[in-house]
Parts: sequence; structure tokens; C-alpha cells
Amino acid sequence: MGSSSIFLDNTRLGHPTPPGAAGRVRSWIRRLASGDEVAHIITLIFAASIVLVTLLLVLELYRNSALPRHKFGWAFFVTSIWDPVFENFGALPFIYGTLVTSAVALLIAVPLGVGAAIFLAELAPPRISDALTFVIELLAAVPSVIFGMLGIFILVPILRIYVEPFLKSTLGFLPLFQGPMFGVGFLAAGLVLAIMVVPFILSVSREVLLAVPVEQREAALALGATRWEATWKVVVPYARPGILGSVFLALARALGETMAVTMVIGNDPRISASLFAPGYSIAAVIANEFTEAPGDLYRQSLIEMGLVLFILTFILNGLARLLILATTGRGTERA
Amino acid sequence: MNRRTWRKVVNGVMLGLTGVCALATVSVLFFILGYLVLNGGRYLSWTFLTHLPVPVGETGGGMANAIVGSGKLLLVAAGVGLPVGFMGGVYLAEFGGRTFPFLVRYTADLLNGVPSIVMGIFAYTVVVLPMHSFSAVAGGLALGAMLIPIVLRSTEEFMRAVPRSMREGALALGANKWRAIATVVVPAAIRGIATGMLLSLARVAGETAPLLFTSFGNPYWSSGFRQPTSSLPVMIYTYAISAYDDWHRQAWAAGLVLLALVLAANIGARMILSRRMSSARG
Amino acid sequence: MKRFTASLWGLAAITAMVFLALCFSPQPSSPAPAVPADRLQINAAGATFPYPIYSKWFDEYHKAHPEVEINYQSIGSGGGIQQLKAGTVDFGASDMPLNDEMLAQFSFKLVHFPTVLGAVMPTYNIPGVSAELKFTPAALAGIYLGKITKWNDPALTGPNPGVNLPGNDIVVVHRSDGSGTTFVWTDYLSKVSPEWKRMVGSNTSVRWPTGLGGKGNEGVSGLVKQTPNSIGYVELIYAIENHLPYGQVENSSGRFIKASLATVTAAAAGAATAMQHDVRVSITNAPGQDAYPICSFTYLLIPEKISDAAKRKAITGFLQWMLTNGQGMAEGLDYGRLPKAVVAIDLKAISQID
Repeated sequence: MGSSSIFLDNTRLGHPTPPGAAGRVRSWIRRLASGDEVAHIITLIFAASIVLVTLLLVLELYRNSALPRHKFGWAFFVTSIWDPVFENFGALPFIYGTLVTSAVALLIAVPLGVGAAIFLAELAPPRISDALTFVIELLAAVPSVIFGMLGIFILVPILRIYVEPFLKSTLGFLPLFQGPMFGVGFLAAGLVLAIMVVPFILSVSREVLLAVPVEQREAALALGATRWEATWKVVVPYARPGILGSVFLALARALGETMAVTMVIGNDPRISASLFAPGYSIAAVIANEFTEAPGDLYRQSLIEMGLVLFILTFILNGLARLLILATTGRGTERA
Repeated sequence: MNRRTWRKVVNGVMLGLTGVCALATVSVLFFILGYLVLNGGRYLSWTFLTHLPVPVGETGGGMANAIVGSGKLLLVAAGVGLPVGFMGGVYLAEFGGRTFPFLVRYTADLLNGVPSIVMGIFAYTVVVLPMHSFSAVAGGLALGAMLIPIVLRSTEEFMRAVPRSMREGALALGANKWRAIATVVVPAAIRGIATGMLLSLARVAGETAPLLFTSFGNPYWSSGFRQPTSSLPVMIYTYAISAYDDWHRQAWAAGLVLLALVLAANIGARMILSRRMSSARG
Repeated sequence: MKRFTASLWGLAAITAMVFLALCFSPQPSSPAPAVPADRLQINAAGATFPYPIYSKWFDEYHKAHPEVEINYQSIGSGGGIQQLKAGTVDFGASDMPLNDEMLAQFSFKLVHFPTVLGAVMPTYNIPGVSAELKFTPAALAGIYLGKITKWNDPALTGPNPGVNLPGNDIVVVHRSDGSGTTFVWTDYLSKVSPEWKRMVGSNTSVRWPTGLGGKGNEGVSGLVKQTPNSIGYVELIYAIENHLPYGQVENSSGRFIKASLATVTAAAAGAATAMQHDVRVSITNAPGQDAYPICSFTYLLIPEKISDAAKRKAITGFLQWMLTNGQGMAEGLDYGRLPKAVVAIDLKAISQID
């Protein structure tokens, strides 16, 4: 086995393999007895089990979404009917809800997160920067059901009583801010998601900004730029792929978020232009309806949406990883 | 105003804004903590921690079984996820060639990206249905599967960080490969590995979605692991969306307990890690 | 070092063995695994409609028979039916009786046991309005169809002349999960509104023309309580316990009736004879001067064959207790007790379970 480990295979030292097949077997058995092969095999089995479990998962999802794939085909993704009585299902309202809430979340979280990251990477003294980053990363550890609870009891009433009427009176000419105000809806879900993904954007962006070689910054300052100009026009563009990567990471997290969303989104499978309207997301509908989906077509339609969500988050996570690697890699290779 | 002054003003304003962003983000966390401590603390009581839930609509119930249930689920999750992730990480760091480790890392990433609700679907189809029962095992397995990629990555990372010289020293003293790994490399990396494990456990302790159709729920103590069991996150969810004020109060208290445990684990893990870092340097 | 590694391997081996032993210890085969001798846990799931009385019953029965623990999860009638079909619970509960087509989907036979009568009513939260509103069938259908959008619509102000209804938008709340309560509500609307029947139909889950979704009766009452200008449909006990006002509904005789034990019992009065043949009846929009139009029996779905003897004894014991002692507790929680004739039918049906 061609091992790239830094370990020399010292089990063969001093024990040349005797000629012939029998000799090779005997040599293998001796190496086995010494324990190294056993260790290799055991760890290999565990590693292989990871691959097997994941394959099983994908297989199960695919197999259990066969009915709607055959019945509806690609039309499933562009139909907006969700009718359990007449057995007609379309994923569009849920895809719409998932995308809209994530978009709102990013619109708020990206400026906030990147701005805070700039502050922590460029301006704050290292001790404060580390301390604050520590605190903000704790935000990422808060369970989502707690965000949901805070959403129901605090955010939704505030939205319904103060924020939404204010938005309606000032920006009500936009279709985004029209219609009845319930408190729950796309806006509430988007805001809760924003709070949940800001730590990801902040943490990764900060690291990426710190990885930018100091010469870039110094060159800009030497040319007479202000601190802000050096940051915004030189450092940030340099780190842009990595920041973009953090956005993808945040997006992947937002798309799959279940509990906090289902508690504040209103649970209505409808496409509306207004952010005040209630909606539904893929993860939320699965959580609400999976145990009771009457009939295989219904349940498998839910599973098909789960599969789609999974594929989407996987792609996003992969892209994010590449982008972040590209930036930090670039930084270190020049340094 | 000339160009230079304008640029200075922009400089000041924008940098100030970034400070505001940082402040805003930090204050959200403090606000969450503060509100939970206030509300949760108000309703946290000995009854809450030691009693079982009472029939719907009556007051005076508690979440003792939910706390124990969460513990049971974490036990199963740890029993499954930690060894697999750890051993897999050892494999990736110490053994293996080119293609297979790449495959392992790729699928671990895939597993990591699975939305937690989809993990619940998976556990339902492969554990609950064949077992003909909701159970702590099913919930624990779903959580355990979520642990694996995190533990895998952190184990590999910290094992690789152990300097080559330590491995070579062990070999020079005549140890086998596995001996060197078990007695030298792993202990050297153990702090980082342990923090990875602790952080991953803290992360899944708060997961609700995978439990909805696996461990289900139970107003009584669940015996063993093959019965449905109550758990803190699911109770918080059920109580919070209801209309009973008493249930709301209990949800706050449960939220405080859950958050306190999760944050304690996180802070503890990071402190272990930073001590390790400074001791390595020193 | 030797001792350290040896003990590590030893520990790992022991943990593995214990864990494997827990997982793979032999169990008798049955729809759901049994539990050691003295403590018997039975798992059930279903309707949220009767959840308050069921949770009281299971608790009282547990006090009388401490070794029996019935774990009932109120996930909605749809959930109860599905999980019973999948074999993950020992029995189910549903407000909607299963028709023959649905029963055919099961791999085993079921017995329907009516347990109590409940009423579904429109509950609302209108700031400044504490009066009891009168709703006509047309008004309810119109609101839920999304045709009537404001509280001061003539269909609402007409029957309520003394009430100052505001011009606010009506926030409609319905169930987001598969619900027998939804079935009762939509069954009623289908009977009184041909347009509803044509466009939406009746089932545990329907395609709602408008509104927010709450999970369970609990979720709907929670949403109504927290959302001004909202209207939702909930079981009687949920409205009472959460101090939500609920309205009167016009029945088939043209009178506005408020849901109560008396009016619900009146609605069920005529049903007993029909139930001799088949307990699965619909009593929405029932004839009778005093009948409340939106009520229903709720059913426990028990498999005809229960292979585990201990479970069978516990379940039939509970059913017996429920029909004799349990019925007395129903009215305390505002559920109607079963008419005597129906109790007799049920008691006879217990012998069907073996």
C-alpha cells in the first residue's frame, strides 16, 4: 500500500520478505501480528463506514422520492399547488420561501458581518479583537430553537407593533411592504436567520482579512490612502473570494435552518410579493408535515424537497470551501 | 471642503460604522443571554428540574425527563459519533493513500452539509420504521451521524499538527507504528481532539429537527434506549408554540438550562484549547 | 505506557460490548417492542382535539395502575393514522373516521372506538370587541375562502347589530399539520357551502385559500391569542383554557347556537341508531333545534389483533376504564360524554380485540 504517511513502514526492516507467495502471506501475517496492520484495518473500517453511511443516506433519499419524480417530473419545481386532497404537489412555494428568507437574511447579515469583520481585523487592538470574536462565535453555538423562541416572544410582537407599520408608512409604495401585517412572515424569518448567520460571515471574513499580506495594506498607505481607503479598496478586494465563501457558508446554513424558521414564518405555502406575508420553507414544511403525511406520494414529495435542499447546501458548501481556500492560500503563498 | 478633508471624513464615518456593526453583533448575544437569564431564571425552580410533566392545562409540571432524555440521546450520539469520527481522523492523518482518504473527506463534507431535518428523515427510514418504534436510539443515531464530520475534521487537524519529531522519536525508541500513534501522537493531540469532541456534542445537544420524528416524545421516564424519549429542545419547541402561559414559562426555563449547558461546553472547550496553545508555545 | 494503552483498548472494548448488548438484545417481535416486566409503556399518537381529556385520562389511569404508562403524543389525527399504519405506535387517535378506502391501506384490521364528543368553534381576537359574535355558515365559508376580508363586512355586521366591528383585515388562522379538527371544520364547510366543497373539499389537510398555519390546536390558539384581528378554529377546551372568545354559529334550524355540553349532546342525539351499524358517523350540521352544528365524535383506532398479551390487557383495561370511570371526567373539561347507547356499542366492541 503506497502510504503517504510520514511513518516509515519499519515493520519490514530487518525482515526481508521470503520468496514466493507463501512467503508473502507469512510476511503479512507477521505484520498483522505486530499490530500495525490491525490498526490500519480497524481505522480503515471506521473511515469506510463514514462513506457507507453517506452513500446509504443519499440512496435512501433518492429511492424514497421516486413517486413524485415519476409523477411530476421537473414540473414539481415550478408548480405552486400544494393540495393534499387532490394529491397535487408542487415545490415552488417552499423553494420561494427558502430563497426569500435567505436573501433577506444575507442582505442584513453580509453588511453587518463584513463591517464588523473589518473593524475587528483592521482597527481593533488584538486583545479586544480576539475577545469580541470569541463572544460572537458563541452566538453560533446558540441552538436554533432558542432563536425561534426569542423570535416568537420578542421579535414578532416588535415587528407587528412597531417595525412593520413603520415600514409600511414610509416604504409602502413598494410591493415588498404592502398587505396585512401579522408579525410572522418572511421578514421575521429573514431577520432571525440574519442573526443566526452573522457569526459565520464575521468569523470567516475576519480570518480571511487577517490573511491578507501586510505588504498590500502598507503599499496602499504608502501611496497616501486613508485607513478606510486602504481597507476598502485594497484589502477587501484581495480577500473578496474568501468573503464570498463566507457568504456561501452562511447561505448554506440559512437554507437548511428549520426550527427558528418554522416558528416565525407563518406556515402558509403561498407565494407573495410582500415581506409581511406568511410563507413556508422546505425545511419547515418537512418538520411540520412529515410524521403525518397521509399517503406515499405526499411523504415522498417532502423527501424529494429534502433531497433538493441537500444537494443545494452541498454545492454551496463546496464552493465556499474552494473560495476560502483560494484566498487564504493566495495570502500565504505571497508572504 | 477640499478633497482631502472629504476623504478624511469618509474615513472617520466608515470606520465608525464598522465599529457600530461590531457593537450591534455583540449586543445581540448579550441581549439574548440577558433575556434568557432574566426570564428563564425567573421560572427556573426545583419543581421544574425534578418533576415530570403534568396533564395538559394543569400547572406545576417539570422537565426532569427531558433533561435526562437529552442526556441519553447525547450518550448514544457520543457512543456512535465520537469513535467513528476519531478513528476516521486517525486513519486520515496517519494511514491511507491518495484516493481513499480523498473520498472519505469528500463524503464527510457531504454528511456535514446535510440539513438536520433531512438527517431526521434518514434516521426515520432506516431506524424507526424497521424497529417499529420511535426510540432514543434513533434520535441518538441521527445526532451521532451529525457529530462524525466535525470530530473527523478536528481529529485529523490536530493529529497532523503534532510535530514529526515526536513520531520519529517514538519510532527511534523501537515502537511499532500503532504504538507510536496511540502512546505519543494521540496524547500530544488529545487536547485539540477533546475540544473538537466537546464542541460537536454541544452543537448537537441543541438540535431539535432530527429528533422530531426519531425520539418523538414521552411524558414519562423512558426506560432503556428503545423507547421514545423526551428531550429539552423538543420540549422547548412544543411548549413555546402552544398557548398555555405555564408552558411558555417552562420553555423559558428550559431554554436557559439548554443554553447554559451549551455555552459552558463551548467556553470550556475553547479555554482548554487556548491553554494548550500557550503551553505549546511556552 | 503498556498499562495505559492496554487500559485504553480495554475501555474501548467494554464500551463497545455494552453498547452492542443494549442495541441487539433479543426482543419479542410485535408492532412495537415490549419493556421489562413491571413497567409497561404503550406508545400512541394522534389527534390534538381530545388531547386535554386524553392526557388527563392516561394520567388518571396511570395513577390507578402505576405499571401502565401510556405515552400519547398529540401530533394531529393525520400523524396518528400514518404512524399507526407504519407500526411505530401501538394505537392511534383521530377525529376523522377512516373510510373503507383508507382502511384498505392498512396491513391489519382496526376497530374504531368513539371516546368523547367535542365541538369546534370559531375563536377570534378583535381588539376592543369582547362580545360574543354570531356567525352564519356563509360568513365562515366566506372568511376561510378569502372572499370576506374585513371584520366590518355586511355578512358579519348583519347578524351582530350591536357590535362595533372595526374595518381591519381579517387574519385567518388554520392548521399547518394534518388534523382531525381540520377535517371536522372542512366537513362542516363542505356541507354548508357548495363553493367550498368544490374548491377545497374536506380532509385532515387541505389546500387553504388563505391564512396562517399553526401547529396543533395548541398552535392555532397560540397564534390567535397573539395576533390581533385574527380568527381561528379550535376545540372548545382550548378556547376556554386560553381565555379566547368564541362565537355562536347558526345551525341547520336557523338558530344561533353556542357550543356547550348540552348543544353538543343534542347534535349527537340522533346518531346513536346509525352507529349500531357503523360507528363512523359525521354529526356536523346535525338536525335539531338545539344542536351545535360543528361537532364530532373522536375515535381511538385500536388494532384488532394485539399480539403482546401484556399490552392487550393494558389497552383493553384502559378502554373499559375509559367507558366507565373516564366518561365522568369528560364534562369537567368541556367534552361531551358519549350517549349511553354508544357506550354500550363500545363495550361490546372491546371483545373484538384479541
